[in-house]
Amino acid sequence: MKEFKGNSLSWHLADGVIEMAFDRAPANEIGLAMLDDLEQFIVALPDLESRASALIIYSKQKAGFSAGADLRELYTLAKDTDLATAVKGVREFLEQIHAVLNRLDTSPLTTIAAVHGVCFGGGFELALACDLIIADKMARFCFPELRLGLIPGFGGIPRLKRDIGNGVVRDLLLTGRSINATKALSIGLASQVGAEGEALRLARATAAQVTKFDRRASAAAKRFIKPLPASELRNEIDVFCELFTQPAVMRGLRKFVESTDAMPYLP
Amino acid sequence: MNTIEQTTEEILDLAATHFKVPRAGLQASDDFYKKLGIDSLQALELLTRLENHFDVELPDYEVQGVSDFHTLATRIQARL
Repeated sequence: MKEFKGNSLSWHLADGVIEMAFDRAPANEIGLAMLDDLEQFIVALPDLESRASALIIYSKQKAGFSAGADLRELYTLAKDTDLATAVKGVREFLEQIHAVLNRLDTSPLTTIAAVHGVCFGGGFELALACDLIIADKMARFCFPELRLGLIPGFGGIPRLKRDIGNGVVRDLLLTGRSINATKALSIGLASQVGAEGEALRLARATAAQVTKFDRRASAAAKRFIKPLPASELRNEIDVFCELFTQPAVMRGLRKFVESTDAMPYLP
Repeated sequence: MNTIEQTTEEILDLAATHFKVPRAGLQASDDFYKKLGIDSLQALELLTRLENHFDVELPDYEVQGVSDFHTLATRIQARL
């Protein structure tokens, strides 16, 4: 299989590089449809890994890379059910998305997130599972989960801790503020920043360079430098599900879904 | 360093250029959400363009609730 087109993303393999394009309006929200397409990609991954050296993930949506988890879908599913069933559904979703991101995180491919526009919440967490984040100067990163009474649930904190200093992690997490690409570069979150609209071109040039190396050596280097924080990732699911039982979460979700505020990601 | 008037003028110029509205129709006291017709994602875009233009970091919570160009200019001025 060399190409795929799903409801929320598509991918193809050419010249040793897989390019995956998110394309779900309005801003590549990660819900059940996106999860299904990602899981299909993971099934195809072993074969792709034998034929490719790099994976680029980017967005075709103008708004950006991804606005994060599909909170409207989550609210719709949770509001019409009892709490225990809602938490069970959330846990199942988290287990599935963690399986996808952990597999992506540890793939022998060199993985690159080419980011423009919003890269928030779950979208940010997906980018953090990649080896490199290459951003254009209009990219914006944010962990807004605390406004809902939650923590990031797709592995964000353990992966951010793995990559950058705890002080910055606390700032991003505890204030819920967003940062631009220049700041992301300065703290070591992004590895390259290009002009507006140039992230994908830079990612392609980087991927082309990656394909020149022996795949086994690249994979060995990656295993050495990028260990999976497995225990913390497991713990994150438990903490998220525990927090999800609090009434403040549904109130926060409802407020977000109904919000017309200019900055609905802030409390 | 810019005066507050210069900063405000630069914001108005930038807003007119990037959101394609006539510069002459923009005033410092205008509600930029209404004047520019922008949504929440475009508000983030404006924030990013301002940060890039003035080479400052503007935490979202400092501009939360700000809707006129002049107040926006004072927030930026405080970080120049």
